Amino acid sequence: MAAKEAAVVAEPKKKSATPKVDAESMATRQRDISVSEFFAKNRHLLGFDNPRKAMLTTIKEAVDNSLDACEEAEILPEIAVIIEDLEPTRPATAKSSRYRVTVVDNGPGIVRKQVENIFGRLLYGSKFHRLKMSRGQQGIGISAAGMYGLITTGRPMAIFTKPKAGQPTHHIELAMNTKTNRAEVTFDKEVKVFPPDRLRNLTAGTRALAEQSGFLTAEEFPTGTSVSIELDGKYQRGRGSVDEFLELTAIANPHARIVFVPPTRVTEDDEPDVLTAAEASAAAVAKVTTETNGVIVFPRGVHELPRETKEIQPHPKGIELGILLQMLKDYEATEKGGTLFKFLQECFCRVSASTASGMCESIGLTSRTKVADIGPPQAEKLFKVFQESKLAPPPTDCLAPIGVRQLLAGMLKGVRAEFYAASSREADVYRGRPFQIEAAIAFGGELPGDETARVIRFANRVPLLFQQSACSSFKAVSETGWKNYNLSQPRGGIPVGPLVIMIHMASVWVPFTSESKEAIADYDEIRKEMKLALMECGRKLGTYLRKRQRMRREGLRRDVFERYIGEIAKAVHAIMGADPKAIYDALLEQANARTAVADQVLDEDGKVIKDEEPSGPDDDGVLIVHDAIAPAVAQLSSTPFAPLDFGNTAKKQSGAGVTGKSNTSSKAGSKASSKSGSKSAARANSKPDSAASPKRTAKKAPESAARTELRARAAKAASRKPGSNKSSNDGPRLF
Amino acid sequence: MAKQKTPSAPARTKKERDAATEKKIVTLATDVAKRSLAGNEPIVRVPTRTKSNTLWNKKKGILQMGPAAQERGLFNLSQAKSFMQTMLHSSSIKDLIAAEKTLSLRGMFYKGLHTVAGTKEKTFADQDESDGILEDLEVSLAALREELHIFAKKAGTMVGNITIIDSGDEIDCRRMGSGGYAIPSIVEPDVIKFKKCDAKFVLHVEKNTVWSRFNEDRFWEKHNCILTEGGGQPPRGVRRLLRRLNEELGLPVYCLLDCDPWGHYIYSVIKQGSISLAFESERLAIPDVKYLGIRASDYRACGLSDDVQIALNDTDIKRAKEIAAYPWFEGHKGWQREIAGMLNNGFKMEVESLITKDISYVTETYVPERLKAKDWLE
Repeated sequence: MAAKEAAVVAEPKKKSATPKVDAESMATRQRDISVSEFFAKNRHLLGFDNPRKAMLTTIKEAVDNSLDACEEAEILPEIAVIIEDLEPTRPATAKSSRYRVTVVDNGPGIVRKQVENIFGRLLYGSKFHRLKMSRGQQGIGISAAGMYGLITTGRPMAIFTKPKAGQPTHHIELAMNTKTNRAEVTFDKEVKVFPPDRLRNLTAGTRALAEQSGFLTAEEFPTGTSVSIELDGKYQRGRGSVDEFLELTAIANPHARIVFVPPTRVTEDDEPDVLTAAEASAAAVAKVTTETNGVIVFPRGVHELPRETKEIQPHPKGIELGILLQMLKDYEATEKGGTLFKFLQECFCRVSASTASGMCESIGLTSRTKVADIGPPQAEKLFKVFQESKLAPPPTDCLAPIGVRQLLAGMLKGVRAEFYAASSREADVYRGRPFQIEAAIAFGGELPGDETARVIRFANRVPLLFQQSACSSFKAVSETGWKNYNLSQPRGGIPVGPLVIMIHMASVWVPFTSESKEAIADYDEIRKEMKLALMECGRKLGTYLRKRQRMRREGLRRDVFERYIGEIAKAVHAIMGADPKAIYDALLEQANARTAVADQVLDEDGKVIKDEEPSGPDDDGVLIVHDAIAPAVAQLSSTPFAPLDFGNTAKKQSGAGVTGKSNTSSKAGSKASSKSGSKSAARANSKPDSAASPKRTAKKAPESAARTELRARAAKAASRKPGSNKSSNDGPRLF
Repeated sequence: MAKQKTPSAPARTKKERDAATEKKIVTLATDVAKRSLAGNEPIVRVPTRTKSNTLWNKKKGILQMGPAAQERGLFNLSQAKSFMQTMLHSSSIKDLIAAEKTLSLRGMFYKGLHTVAGTKEKTFADQDESDGILEDLEVSLAALREELHIFAKKAGTMVGNITIIDSGDEIDCRRMGSGGYAIPSIVEPDVIKFKKCDAKFVLHVEKNTVWSRFNEDRFWEKHNCILTEGGGQPPRGVRRLLRRLNEELGLPVYCLLDCDPWGHYIYSVIKQGSISLAFESERLAIPDVKYLGIRASDYRACGLSDDVQIALNDTDIKRAKEIAAYPWFEGHKGWQREIAGMLNNGFKMEVESLITKDISYVTETYVPERLKAKDWLE
């Protein structure tokens, strides 16, 4: 397009010089435009608008490819993302700086002869022509990133790939020729070691991790690919950052382990006010990560790969007339003399023998009619029949939804809230393409209560970080009536409150609004499904909030009673000499029984994900984190009651240590939940790395961190059964 | 006038009364303990002190407390704290009885005041809370305030032809100078005994300023009476003393109050008791008390100037209508006329307004004339 314009602009000049310009002379200047050239000039279409976004897009494309490759080869993904600062002396305020981005995976590797095509050509890939769910689609991403690097730094991209265990590794450097849309190999050698040694020795953090066999070990990477791109970029934390992308990727891909080595120098933000707000939100989404010496590890949450997806044939309702004509032509070319009946059965999904013959008849043809004999009028009739026919929706085994259980696990891992709900819709169809919507919400806990909810969006497990308001999911969130679920929502807007909303669309073809894949196009069918999924989550939240309200009320009641019981016991003792402890205990028991709801609800809803028993997705898709709620109930009484001296305190309660501990933990929690507003403000003031503060350290092997976390929370919940006298709500006040 | 009557309550020794009160408190606490240990909600029965639970005993001419009572339970969110306070005060009262001491209402507030263990909450937010609990206790225990060893601050003055013995000290109320004898909160026979009384009637005026006028003019001497004052709505001590003078010495009681709803209600309280203390009406009310003035008609009858008028505001009008509707005023033609007269006037008048006629008009002309003409409302 750009080239064409240039030609037009150039025209008047020529006219004045040699007025005789005709079609002939113009034809000499009319030529092909290379896709590479086109995108080099329009790089914003691919997500390389500015240095910061270029950095993110580069990493995003590489990580997407890595995950796709691992899953297709049925390997549990092990991915390292490394950003090296190549100009550490550059002032921190510089608009951009030179970095080297390296992404290493343990995927199947790439055979030597395909390397140039995969990394050096735009619109070359395995995923474009099929109807199968995958992250990448068009085959633009990584090549475009390499091209961007080449344009901004002049440095080719370096690839190490090892397609077979025990075989040598190819070390190739590629520079793309934008004119020809072909790569030029500038370096090609076989090396022994994979992953490259150099990466393990970058920083103290990487060395330490490598020593614990947690970073780029040869055992973990028997095969794999490493891509390094040097580029002019900017590394900055906050909304839309590499950190956020990896964090969200970890949420949607609990089966992957990701190690992130950020650069040593972080570019300071030049708009601190804007960022502090963003930081606060980002900090609200804390991660279950270990961060040692600057290396961040996103551990693996589950050990099953996502369901293997099948490739499907197009659905009759999902094609256009032109495509039908093309398909007929293609079929005739491959199957000389094939019948229409066979064509319908072989090239489409959900067309049975009887429907196929029925279709043939309804356009006045028979099953034996040859495809070659079908002219455009019949094709058009056939197309109409397609639209009118009643067909089963396309099969859904081409989709691999995240699943309710994994959604909850992912949210739990990434968002520190008190209530989680997830719902996974049945697959539906837009334009004949199957898709499936999943939604999850997290509420309360440490999330900031006075801001609009954060919406995190995923398409085929890839986080979408930009153009939120252009996205179908955003519209679905605004159109959902959150007020019905006890949340406040400005008219036609995003609800306000301590809420994180996650929406995932899985499809064989996600309709993005642009090549940079930042927003999902607004199809009615998609938006409707999204709203239904959100409503399902919302209903669960509404129920929970109402219960919680009642629980709080009861907790408050109990607290009031408990406060005065000691005084009453003492007064009665002073008047008529009754044993104050006996009266105290008797009254306390009554108080607890009368406010049992405060306990009951906790237990009733304490549906914790059971990681050990793969009993399919959790029935109601709800998860409640008790230590985030209980403290709010006990909030007023969080200061332990001073011992009343009755003179007979010899019979001390046995579980004093236990109760004491749980009391302090609930105290800390209560502050968090009650003052989430002020807390978020406090956070905003501190730096992001320290602000993500309650970084929960994984106790055991990093892979099982989420599981340990779950179990710990479940155990805590179980210990709060009513009636058990050692529960933290009893005893400790007095003795 | 009425003959000397025997006191309504049989005279008991202080010791006997203390023992009875203590027993009541122990019973209350024992009930709480029993119920608690049996797994029941501890409760205290508190008779309701509202207008709806106030009955007009037409025969006796007094207000009485109805049968309605509220059960104050610990496990009721709105009552939990007052339950605790009730127990605290019960305990304090037992201490007072044991120590043979009395405390003022404010003193009781401080006696019960401390921080609830383990919280930052005080047992009583203010004295009003404490006072309310004590009134509740009086009714729940069916004991008088003095039986609980509690007194209120002094608010009343007396002077006149009477000699009394107050806690063993003989007091000649004829020799009280310009200040008068301060009427204590507890005026029961074991505290105050009447030694010698020459007076023929009691004149009770609304406030101290008017009382001073009468005292300076030696009204009580000239007319052989007792002169009292209650600082607006008279406290229980003053009312009880008036009642004893009326009941035991057979003295008629005349009131000189402002012509406004407030004055009318003071008369009503002295006559038949108040709503909040309906349970004490039996020993406080003076059914044959007389209302001398100021009357609505006095504006014209005495030829007062326009300047003394104080316009009735909306609250006054509302209150006047409320008073007119009280059952004990409802069927009373004289009072209906009086209130209607005031509403017709559209203004109220204070006793002091008579000063516009002459400094001693009220003592030398107004009251003597009324008494002579037996011109009063009953």
